Amino acid sequence: MTDDGREPIIEITGLGKSFGDFEALRGINLTVHNGERVVVCGPSGSGKSTMIRCINRLETHDAGTITVDNIELNENTKNINAIRREVAMVFQQFNLFPHLTVVENLTLGPVRSRKMAPDAAEALARQYLDRVHIPEQADKYPAQLSGGQQQRVAIARALCMEPRIMLFDEPTSALDPEMISEVLDVMVELAEEGMTMVCVTHEMSFARKVADTMVFMDAGEIVETAPPEQFFSAPKSDRTKKFLNQILQY
Amino acid sequence: MMVWLRRKYLWLSLGAMTLVLSGCGQNWGWYVVSPSTESGRINLKFLINGLGYTIALSLCAIVISVVIGLMIALPGLAKGAAPRAMNRVYVECFRAIPILVLLLWVYYGLPVVLDIGITTFWAGVVALAISDSAFEAEIFRGGIQSISKGQVEAADSIGLSYYDKMRYVILPQAIRRILPPLGNQLVYMMKMSSLVSVIGLSELTRRANELVVTEYRPLEIYTILVLEYLILILIVSAGVRWLENKMRADER
Repeated sequence: MTDDGREPIIEITGLGKSFGDFEALRGINLTVHNGERVVVCGPSGSGKSTMIRCINRLETHDAGTITVDNIELNENTKNINAIRREVAMVFQQFNLFPHLTVVENLTLGPVRSRKMAPDAAEALARQYLDRVHIPEQADKYPAQLSGGQQQRVAIARALCMEPRIMLFDEPTSALDPEMISEVLDVMVELAEEGMTMVCVTHEMSFARKVADTMVFMDAGEIVETAPPEQFFSAPKSDRTKKFLNQILQY
Repeated sequence: MMVWLRRKYLWLSLGAMTLVLSGCGQNWGWYVVSPSTESGRINLKFLINGLGYTIALSLCAIVISVVIGLMIALPGLAKGAAPRAMNRVYVECFRAIPILVLLLWVYYGLPVVLDIGITTFWAGVVALAISDSAFEAEIFRGGIQSISKGQVEAADSIGLSYYDKMRYVILPQAIRRILPPLGNQLVYMMKMSSLVSVIGLSELTRRANELVVTEYRPLEIYTILVLEYLILILIVSAGVRWLENKMRADER
């Protein structure tokens, strides 16, 4: 429990992961509480994406433990599926299903993995499309939408799983600059509604606005964890200072 | 308009070919298959009646080989070494056996090994289907592997089971890429069905051979045989192309 009484929902201890000889993650410890917004930043190749992909087992980990909502993530398929129903993910490349319409993209998960009735799922889908401000695109195919709209559909698809935790893996990095804010706006709204979020991003003004906790990673390790006020104004580590100088230069 | 034009050229060239073949000298004896004489009509009917077996043989073999091919392709995409090894062994073995050899073995060998009776028709179906499934397994594997990893991850992230992931996300996308090489393979198999004539199934080629023996007019009879296969396969190709276009129209 934290001081304000919130339960830990993700607990990562001693997490390690190697790709062949390359050690992508080393001794990662991180606790995320219910309703907390964690923003993870760091140079490319620092292991940020790998870490959050471990949380819903898109990557398997070699060492340490990950517990989500008191379920331990291991080889057990039942556990993996239980965790995937709680944890939704938004990808850098959107990864919408190109052969399905927007509504079909949104209802596939609820109908097939949560066994929801098709019309209830469609009502849910339209409700979330409303929430990401594109109800009029419901019957189009992904390729007919702009990048920003596609990413908002992806967010709606994740929300349709009614998850307790949302993971964002650089959600604005593949977008044209003019579309970034429409996606960030939706994410800010989500944060304000109290969604637990772990977000890998380089959007520092977004981080300042929504983050409860900033995490800085470098070379597969968590270098610094701090509330945003402290993180941006008085970073402790030299590596954090150097990184912030580089990305906040302009 | 374009489709009509292309068709027109197709029929023109077919017609021209027939004219050239029939017009070169006195060596031709078309009477043997002439629709204007009683015996010619009987011979022609005898030849064309082989179509039933050729089509039924190909259809059965196609359906079975597609199912086996998919069942062999999926383990080839698994993470574990054992299913992948199974896929490799199957593909490498059956790809290496000539269809004719496999056919002879299935017809003459399999009944002894399993102590069962097998008709020429089913021996043909089994040999064609097994031989073809090895190639189709590779076609399926390639098509499925060409779907981006992100699609698999998105399907995983919304908690789809392996079956649902394949059924609703991966295969519908892969089928568009699989269809052209699969069509190729179907045409190839239809042609290879002519090999079943050697074990005595009364399909197109067998009938032509039998008629040649009684009529001594190989030139005319085999020309008819060529035209039979040509027309049959042009129809199949048109069908595959139609399906491809239909799927492309669905894609946006």
